[in-house]
Order: sequence, then structure tokens, then C-alpha cells
Amino acid sequence: MKGYRKYFLNKLGWFAVTFVCAFILNFILPRLMPGDPVAAIVARMAQGMSNARGVQAIYEQYTELFGTNKPMLQQFFIYVNNVFHGDFGFSFSQYPRTVADVLASSIWWTVGLQLPAILVGWLIGNFLGALAAYLKKGFDKVLMPASIFASSLPAFGMAVILLVVFGVTLEWLPTSGGYGYDLIPNFSWEFVWSVIVHYQMPFWSIVLITIGGQAIGMRSMAIYELNADYVKYSRFMGIKDRKIVRYVFRNAMLPQITGLALSIGTMVFGAIVAEIIFSYPGLGSTILTAVLGQDYPLISATMLIITLMVLITTFIIEILYGFIDPRIKAAQAED
Amino acid sequence: MEHTLRQVFRSGKFVAGFSIFVAVLLIVFLYPLIVPHPPLEIISQGTFFPPGIYVDVYDSIGSTTHYTLNLDDAVAKRIASKLKEEDRLAMKEWLVAAGLSESEIDAADTQSLMDQWVNNYDPKTNIPGMTNARRNYYIRLNTSLDGILSTEGAIIAARNPDTGVLEEKRIIPQSEYVNVSEVANVRVLPLGTDNFGRDVLTELVKATTVSLQIGFVAGSIATLIGLALGLLAGYVGGLIDDAIMFFTNLFTVIPSFVLLILISFSIGQERRGAVTIAVVIGFTSWVWTARAVRSQVISLRNRDHVNLSKLSGHSIFHIILADILPYIASYVVMALILQISAGILTEAGLAILGLGPKTTLVPTLGLMMNWAMIYQAQILGKWWAYFPVIITIALIAFSLNLMNTGLDQVFNPTLRD
Repeated sequence: MKGYRKYFLNKLGWFAVTFVCAFILNFILPRLMPGDPVAAIVARMAQGMSNARGVQAIYEQYTELFGTNKPMLQQFFIYVNNVFHGDFGFSFSQYPRTVADVLASSIWWTVGLQLPAILVGWLIGNFLGALAAYLKKGFDKVLMPASIFASSLPAFGMAVILLVVFGVTLEWLPTSGGYGYDLIPNFSWEFVWSVIVHYQMPFWSIVLITIGGQAIGMRSMAIYELNADYVKYSRFMGIKDRKIVRYVFRNAMLPQITGLALSIGTMVFGAIVAEIIFSYPGLGSTILTAVLGQDYPLISATMLIITLMVLITTFIIEILYGFIDPRIKAAQAED
Repeated sequence: MEHTLRQVFRSGKFVAGFSIFVAVLLIVFLYPLIVPHPPLEIISQGTFFPPGIYVDVYDSIGSTTHYTLNLDDAVAKRIASKLKEEDRLAMKEWLVAAGLSESEIDAADTQSLMDQWVNNYDPKTNIPGMTNARRNYYIRLNTSLDGILSTEGAIIAARNPDTGVLEEKRIIPQSEYVNVSEVANVRVLPLGTDNFGRDVLTELVKATTVSLQIGFVAGSIATLIGLALGLLAGYVGGLIDDAIMFFTNLFTVIPSFVLLILISFSIGQERRGAVTIAVVIGFTSWVWTARAVRSQVISLRNRDHVNLSKLSGHSIFHIILADILPYIASYVVMALILQISAGILTEAGLAILGLGPKTTLVPTLGLMMNWAMIYQAQILGKWWAYFPVIITIALIAFSLNLMNTGLDQVFNPTLRD
């Protein structure tokens, strides 16, 4: 257990350092943007106002409100303090809503959509990949090119294709939103059903994309394992094929778990873009409105939340990995 | 080298991927030579013209030679184009609702259907339960049916310059044809026009060129940085290795797209050109190459031939170039191929998020997609505005991935079939 604790602390330390760096980058980068976002909002608010002093007063009120009139370093400490209290400030583009409010209404849609979708895609992909490696011949010949093609499609491409086929042409499923536009979120059966129906297309577009990439990886891994000496030895020993396959699958699975930890960021990016295609009320749409409205508090906070989500997921996967693979503990104990 | 190449080209997957990629490149190079229109020229007034051949009506009326073709099915086709199957059924429905018995009406017999329609239809008749939209549909249908059974030609009239009175110039009989090659103005729009009224195919070819350039620039930058850092960390080791690995680990854990979005956002709309985006993508995606190169270099560092080279007093530069690079070359090429494809996909993703290159100068595949989505082409059923873009992106990525898989099988013999 000592080795595992070292592994755990080591990982935890890395994630802490990374989070601090990500936090600082999140603060600095959007503020380097040329042009004055406050001026842009004021221009929008003061449209049609001819009184220069009035405009100036509005401008000053907003810089005071958003705190952009203070030196950068002071702004940073205020920001850190506020963030620790869960206060991300006001959203520029959706003022007077606060950033926390905007995020609170969108984050669960994204988490609820992407986490299951990526997991399901990963599981199916690994299963198919292992099957292709084991069965070879016909199945492999079909699955392999299909997987390469599926993983070449960008997630938004798959999203558009599903949308056009099932949403527009067949009219089986609704084309946009997270629930019917005529409903107010509540716990009625009607609302839940609407959410389930709207969930299908975004979910499957992410699953299908994930399957392709994972199947290719698992196939290579499983082929590699199937040729390993222990498999040949087990065959000579007369161990049943089913049992060998279980060994192979377990061993080939390990790199796939690390692979998941490493590629989860890219997957989330693809999935976020796919959300936009369906106007899903998640973080994708939030980013889009933030970009269009030059809303840096919102983009900063969204990016921070996504970073945190990805970091936590990666962390959990790596911790589980340490449990599953005894070699990790052994390696740590040796040091 | 020659041997390796021959081996590579014996891999079916590589050859397939390579052919697709070369075909795309060829189209991108040759198309502008054949069709020299400027790619972003707005030609149509209105949005999303469907694909097809557009013939100037004025020119075809004014063409000097008149051809008469007596084709049997001409009348049937003319009627069919104006009176579709669903319209016939709708007419029948109206007539039944208006009180005719269903057995009297034969929706397939145009002549009798038209007679019954003309005799019975009155826009003022109020049919219970009919929505206003439906009533308007019948009014429109009735107008379009006007003159459908007429055998008269169309009359061309011109204004007399002196009196200002319209004078009949010519009658165009229904059996008159023009030869498309004799009409002065014909524009083929194989993929129609987009939301701005631009020729989609010409724009798509230009966008593919730009996206490929973005992919190449981003891929090369990422591979070069990754290679340099990996070699440095792996070969030199020590403090440099620690420092580089610190950064690499940091950037492995921070999702690179977060950085990408933040940086693209910070650059601002005005300064965000295609090249800038490519450079940003390159600078945020080198991590993988660096890690992999480093681990390979570490395993090579203490091989005999490297030690021999060191003993012979060769410089670090020479050792890296002559004794290490050739061993990792295949990996670097594969990484480059994947980076190019990732660069193209990333640009497309960014563009959909509204963070693509500045919109007025060049099209990219991502921007075309973004425009089509903003103008709801997918909901409106304007497939030509987005589907060719998806196919192009998928084809390029597919060909590059195939090449990569092929190379993988050549260099990692265990993966061969």
C-alpha cells in the first residue's frame, strides 16, 4: 500500500500544479485580448445616446463593476478570492446574469451528456476492437476500414449527418435543444420524456465517433497481446481459449485505460462542438455565446470548469489504473 | 531508403490512403486552372440556390437559331412539373370536401381533374376545418395551374420606343428549343450557392486548399517543436530533460483545446488569420510527439553505434542527425501525418465555435461549416452547403489515417495481417 500512496500523492501533486497553471493562464490570456470589452458593452448599452458625459458615466460604472480599472495583479487576487467563494463575476454578454448562474444552468447538460456517451463509446469500441483482433478475417476486414472512417469523421460531422437523417428527413427525433421549447424544466413525466428524446442524437453522435478510435487502438493492442509469449505458452499448456481471451483482454485493456485518460480532453472538445450542432443547452453553446459576445469572464470561467472536469476525470482514471495494474505500485515502491 | 519506400508502397492501406490524398491534392491544384472564378465572389441574389445548370433566360429567348423538336412526352412532362402527385391528391381532397363524390374524381387523369377543378374551385368557398395556411396553399396552386393545358405559345413583346406601347415581337411555340452551347450565359453550379450567394464548389476547393495549408503548417510546427524538445530532453538529459518534461507533463494534463480556445479568443477577431490559427494549433499540439520522441531517444542513447560515434568525437549535432534521427524517422513521419489531420479537424472545430480565421478573406472548411450551421442549412435541407464540406474533411482525414495505419503495419510487423 505504501507504493500506492506514493503513486497517489505524486499524481495529486501533478494535478495541483497543473490546475494552478491552468488557472493563471485562464486569467491572463483573455485579458490580453486587444480592444476593450467593457467599451463594447457600453457601446451596446448606450446605443442611441448622444450625451458623451452619460456614456462616460456608464463606462465608469461598468469598469467599477467588473473591476477592470484596477491594476492587473490586484485584479488577479480579487479574482482568486472571488473564485474561491464561487463568484466568477458578471457575464458581459448576458448582464445582469452572473457567470456562475450561466454555468450552473449549462454544466449539468454537458456532464450528463458526455460522461455516459464517452464511457459507452469506449466500452463498445474496446469490445469490437478485441473481437476484430480475435476473429480476424471477415469481421476485421469490415470493421477496420469502417472504424478508421468513423474516427476520421469530425464529431460535428457525425452530428450533422444524424441530425439530417433522423431529425429532418425521418422526423423521428427533435433537431435542437435539450428539451421541448414549449416546456419549463420540472419533474413531470412529459418533461423527462422530452429530455430523453432530445438526448438521443447528441449521445449517439458522440458514441459512434468514440467507437471508431477506440476500436482501432484496442485491435492493435489485442493483436500485440495475442502474439505474446504467454499466449503461446498457455496454448501449449492446453488452457481453454475462453480463458486465454480473458487474459488477453485484461492485458490489452490497460493501455486503453491510459489512452482514455490521455485522450479525454480531445474527446470533450469534439463533443462540445457537437453540442453546438444540436443547440444543446450545454457548455458548447455557452462558449459560442461567450465568443460572439466577447465575454471574457464567461469564457474564462467556462474554460476553468472544463479544465477542472477533464483534470478530475483524468485523475480518477489514473487512480483507478494504479489499483488495476500492480506494476505501477511496484514501480513506485522501487524508487 | 529506397527499400523502405518500396515496402511502404506495397502496403494496401497506405496506397489507398495515398491515392485519395493525391487525388484531393490534384483537384485542389487543377480546379482553379480550369475554373478561374474568384472563390468568394457573391454571384447569386438570395441564398442557397440548389445545384444545377443555370441558363440565362434572356439569352435563350434572344438566341438566333430556333430549333423545333417534336417530342411526344413534352406535354406530359410540362404538366408533371407544374402539377405534382401531392398536388393532385390535394386537389382531389378539396373537391371531395367541396361535395363531389370520391368515385367521380380520377387524380391521374389530368384532363378530367382540371375540368372538375376549374368548374368547382372557388377560393371563397369555406371548407370547415381548413387552416388558413392550407387555404393559401390552394390559392397558390390554383394560380400556378393557370394555363397548364394551354397549347398556345408564349408571346414576346417589346416596348415601341416612340409610342411606348407593347408590340408583339415573336411567338415562342411550346416545341421550341435552344441549344445550351449556343446560349451566351450558362453557369454550371454543381453544388449550388451558399448562404451568401457564392458558388459552393469553387469556394469548397479554395477552402480545402486553405485547410490543407493550415494542416501542413500546424502539423509541421507541432512536429518540429515536439522533435526538437524530444531530442533535447532524451539525448542531453539532466536538468534540461527535467525542465522539458515538467512543461510536457503540464501540457499533457491541461487539455490542449482549452489553451487553443483561450489563445484564439485572446488574439481577437481582427488579427485571427488562417496562418495565425495554424500557428496556434501547432504550438498547442506538440506534446505527444515530444513525449514519444524522448522515450525513443532514451532507448537509443546507449546503443553501441551511438557510443561508437561519441568515441569518434562527433558533435552532438552530428550524432543526432546521423545516428538517432534515422531510427525515429518512421515514427516522426507518422506523427506528422496524424498532426496534419488533427490540425484540419481542430481548425474546423474552432471555426464552429466561432473562433475560426477572420471571415472575409479566405474560406476554410471549418468556416464553410460554420456559415452553413449559422444559416441553418441542415434544418432547411440545403445539403449542398454542408454535406460536401463534411465529406471533404472526412476524406482528407480518412486518407491520412489510412496512410498512418499502413505505415504502422509496415514498421510494426506484429500488426500485419
